[in-house]
Amino acid sequence: MHGRPRNALKEEDTAALSAKAEKLRSLQSHFLANHHNRIYTKEALEGNAKLLENNPEWHTAWNYRKLAVESFLSDSHSDPETVKSILDEELRVVENALRKNFKSYGAWYHRKWVLSKGHSSIDKELRLLDAFQKADPRNFHAWNYRRFVAALMKRPDEDELKYTEEVIGANFSNYSAWHNRSILLSNLLKRKAEGYFPKENVLEGEFELVHNAIFTDPDDQSGWFYHLWLIDQTVKIDAPLLVSSWPSHGFNITLQGNKCLHGSGLSVINSTLPNTGTLPIILYFNQAVEGVNSSTVNVKSELLSGNLVWKPLSTNNSNNAQVWVAYLDIRNLEVQLSKTYVVEISLGHSKGIVSSSGYDYGHPSRVTFELCIQTAYTEPVEQQEGKSNSWKDDDFQKFDHLQESEPICSADQVTSEIDHIPTTSGRCEEAVVNEINQFRDLLSEIDCKIGKLTLARLLTAVDSLPSSRANNMVNTEEILQLYDDLMRLDPTHYLYYKDEHSLVLLRQITSSRDSLLPYCHYKKNAIEAFAGYVCLRLQNLSLSRMGSIENLLWVQTLDLSHNQLRSIEGLEAMQLLSCLNLSHNKLGSFTALGPLRLLKSLKVLNISYNEIGSHSIDTRRYLCSSPLSHTEEFAWDQFEIFAGSIGISAATFWEPFLIFQSLNLTELDIKGNPVADENFRSFLVKVLPTLKWLDEEDLS
Amino acid sequence: MVTVCNVSFMAMFTFKMGELVTDKHVKYILSVEKRKDDFESVVMEHLRMNGAYWGLTALDLMGKLDVVDVNEVVSWVMSCQHDSGGFGGNVGHDPHILYTLSAVQVLALFDKMDLIDADKVTNYIVGLQNEDGSFSGDMWGEVDTRFSYIAICCLSIIHRLDKINVEKAVKYIISCKNMDGGFGCTPGGESHAGQIFCCVGALALTGSLDLVNKDLLGWWLCERQVKSGGLNGRPEKLPDVCYSWWVLSSLIMIDRVHWISREKLIKFILDCQDKEKGGISDRPDDAVDVFHTYFGVAGLSLLEYPGLKPIDPAYALPVDVVNRIFFKK
Repeated sequence: MHGRPRNALKEEDTAALSAKAEKLRSLQSHFLANHHNRIYTKEALEGNAKLLENNPEWHTAWNYRKLAVESFLSDSHSDPETVKSILDEELRVVENALRKNFKSYGAWYHRKWVLSKGHSSIDKELRLLDAFQKADPRNFHAWNYRRFVAALMKRPDEDELKYTEEVIGANFSNYSAWHNRSILLSNLLKRKAEGYFPKENVLEGEFELVHNAIFTDPDDQSGWFYHLWLIDQTVKIDAPLLVSSWPSHGFNITLQGNKCLHGSGLSVINSTLPNTGTLPIILYFNQAVEGVNSSTVNVKSELLSGNLVWKPLSTNNSNNAQVWVAYLDIRNLEVQLSKTYVVEISLGHSKGIVSSSGYDYGHPSRVTFELCIQTAYTEPVEQQEGKSNSWKDDDFQKFDHLQESEPICSADQVTSEIDHIPTTSGRCEEAVVNEINQFRDLLSEIDCKIGKLTLARLLTAVDSLPSSRANNMVNTEEILQLYDDLMRLDPTHYLYYKDEHSLVLLRQITSSRDSLLPYCHYKKNAIEAFAGYVCLRLQNLSLSRMGSIENLLWVQTLDLSHNQLRSIEGLEAMQLLSCLNLSHNKLGSFTALGPLRLLKSLKVLNISYNEIGSHSIDTRRYLCSSPLSHTEEFAWDQFEIFAGSIGISAATFWEPFLIFQSLNLTELDIKGNPVADENFRSFLVKVLPTLKWLDEEDLS
Repeated sequence: MVTVCNVSFMAMFTFKMGELVTDKHVKYILSVEKRKDDFESVVMEHLRMNGAYWGLTALDLMGKLDVVDVNEVVSWVMSCQHDSGGFGGNVGHDPHILYTLSAVQVLALFDKMDLIDADKVTNYIVGLQNEDGSFSGDMWGEVDTRFSYIAICCLSIIHRLDKINVEKAVKYIISCKNMDGGFGCTPGGESHAGQIFCCVGALALTGSLDLVNKDLLGWWLCERQVKSGGLNGRPEKLPDVCYSWWVLSSLIMIDRVHWISREKLIKFILDCQDKEKGGISDRPDDAVDVFHTYFGVAGLSLLEYPGLKPIDPAYALPVDVVNRIFFKK
């Protein structure tokens, strides 16, 4: 029972309760008998009303009243007086029930049902609500009913907005009022109502209002989310935009067929092409979009024989994705070797690319790159590799400097070379800077978590504003420090701050070629297939989360080992990836590997020393396509036979089957995970026929 | 990098915590099942079907489902079904979608799905979908995103999800999304952890979690953990064991559960046990009931508390039951 003390009842209380129970039982049985026999006498209805005072949550009891009302109304011959008195009686019963239990869904709905008949006075409702809302200002039923009444009487949003201001003025600690304010204000801003345009003017006043709440008691959460929403309203760009692509704008790509050059410094893509004979073209948007196809994305090139087919990179098989890919098939092209072909991609010139919240792609963008194919494509020859791929430190060498031609792109390049990035208004930057000053003032007076967190978010926002791109990332050190402080200040949410810290760190690392340089390695004495390109080593950085993937689309070998990653969400965008080291992380389930299913070039995977098999609860279960979420069919019958043939339990192994069956790995390291016993290894060998190395053991 | 906090986590972990008094909770649940005449039971009469689901699922999570008389329960459940296909909360009560899901879940627990006339139940639920994609709770038309979850979950369990307009159902749920990333009962309704579970659950079951702003919602949800370690359902409200289910399951579905302190929450739930008579209450030292007993046990299961069966965060059924539903010929 909510909020009732556990104390043992005294004897007289027990007796009283049991008498009450008997009375209630009798009301219930009389009511049910009346209901089943459709008896709607005055006496029967009075009994029902008494019952509802004690039992206002009983749907059936309210249903009975509705049936009674309908029967009375049909006998009333539409006499207005009679109709009104029938309905008024219902409002009275509801009011009594609500006085007993303010949170009864059934009672509130009955009132709505009566009001919807359109014969009752609505004005009374607001007065009644005022009284109820004073008694319990957070009751969400009352607030819902208020919105219903306001809509029914076509009360202007402006008036309701004023009401929230009154409520907040009386006591700012009312999250419900702040919430309703956000709903009303959204409507007013959306339809540019008089006095609510331009948006910036309105937001300025709102910031002031919410400062009063946060600065009075920084620990009270009532204003926190409203403030965050205001920041978002200030800086966000509604329209979908291209934020990066691969190949990047202005790049020269030299393809070597399936031959490889050793660290020649040329822009060599030598894994993707030999394996699949296709070159991925990746479009990375600022938000999930749909409608990317050959009519919305125009690709011009002599190389192209037909239309490209664009596919959403979605881990739940949705048509909505932030990243889209098309594959340029090089195998059957009659190309002139060593000739430079220009590929021009333009989008946003016609409508069709739409965000999930319904905004059209706003600004025409163009990406142009050059492609030179030096040797013709031939079918790959089966390679006999003498040893498995090594991730040992000794085998890597840092670059002293990066040549201009190295196919690396960082944030400063990917974002600056797309046409027409709209600059946010100067007022937006001004508003953010003003907020930064406000929160610095707050922090100089009191050390509070919401102050630090908001400051960190504001500084991040200002760093990402296109208008301040010139001095981008100047605040990174301070932001990282703030998150470090927060981890100490609020240990309960330690990992929230750590995740944010990781994202900021990755943004810093990927911000420029200079910042990337310390993490770029090449392989000494590499076997031929993996030589000649950059390995990005982001190992041992205490990363708990991946981010900035839009800046990493060029990466073919990635070392993320010795971090604290629980998920690799977003990695599906890295379509060039062929070698991936995730060892010594915190991946807890097979479904966490879901993004890998979309990486068609992935050959070498190290997931050793993670936590796969040690958790009974899978936090990625519904973020990975599967039969449970109706996003994937599963041939259960076949799998059961397969599982039976190798002596494993079908019910426990369907998830790894779903994941690994769609990979084309040649090397896999899975040791050091609780799941990886002999039984499981033999299962893997069956599911992955392409596998040559398992846990550094030669399978051939 | 700060590692101080991890160290203190480890210290807390080794600190001797109270234990789950499983046997007492089993006894308590069985006593509630038998008790039909005290005031509490009479007041709860109308949601006996929900009560059955709470009690039986808690028993199953504790590995004690075999102590109940399956035939007795199952025949009672079936006697609550109406010709329309919907189930009532008790014998002779009107059908409602709320009890229809509980009935189907109870039958799933006992592996008695073959007793359900799936087409009949489907007809009932399909008839409750409105033009805008929302669902009514029954023929009287109350609309709420709780009913969207129930419809989707129920049809999914009986393999009939394709019979409703899923696209519209999802669209309606998204129209209830708020500035804090959470969801309300109807468009404009305030975010509430229970409602968020329903909406996130429905989106999970339809493979639509990409439409959730996971970081924003995750922050709102993780800030539900208060100093005592318990979770509240809305900002500036008291903690309550039932949110151990609503908040936790939502955090798990969006993969943000590591943003709260597991150890503190386990301690809070264990502190809400009646260690003498069994049962779990909303807050320490309050009166216990079967609703909070279920949510406490289910919460501990989601927290991987040793000795409990794992529960699925979206179907709200033990994982082995869900596997049986989907992976059996």
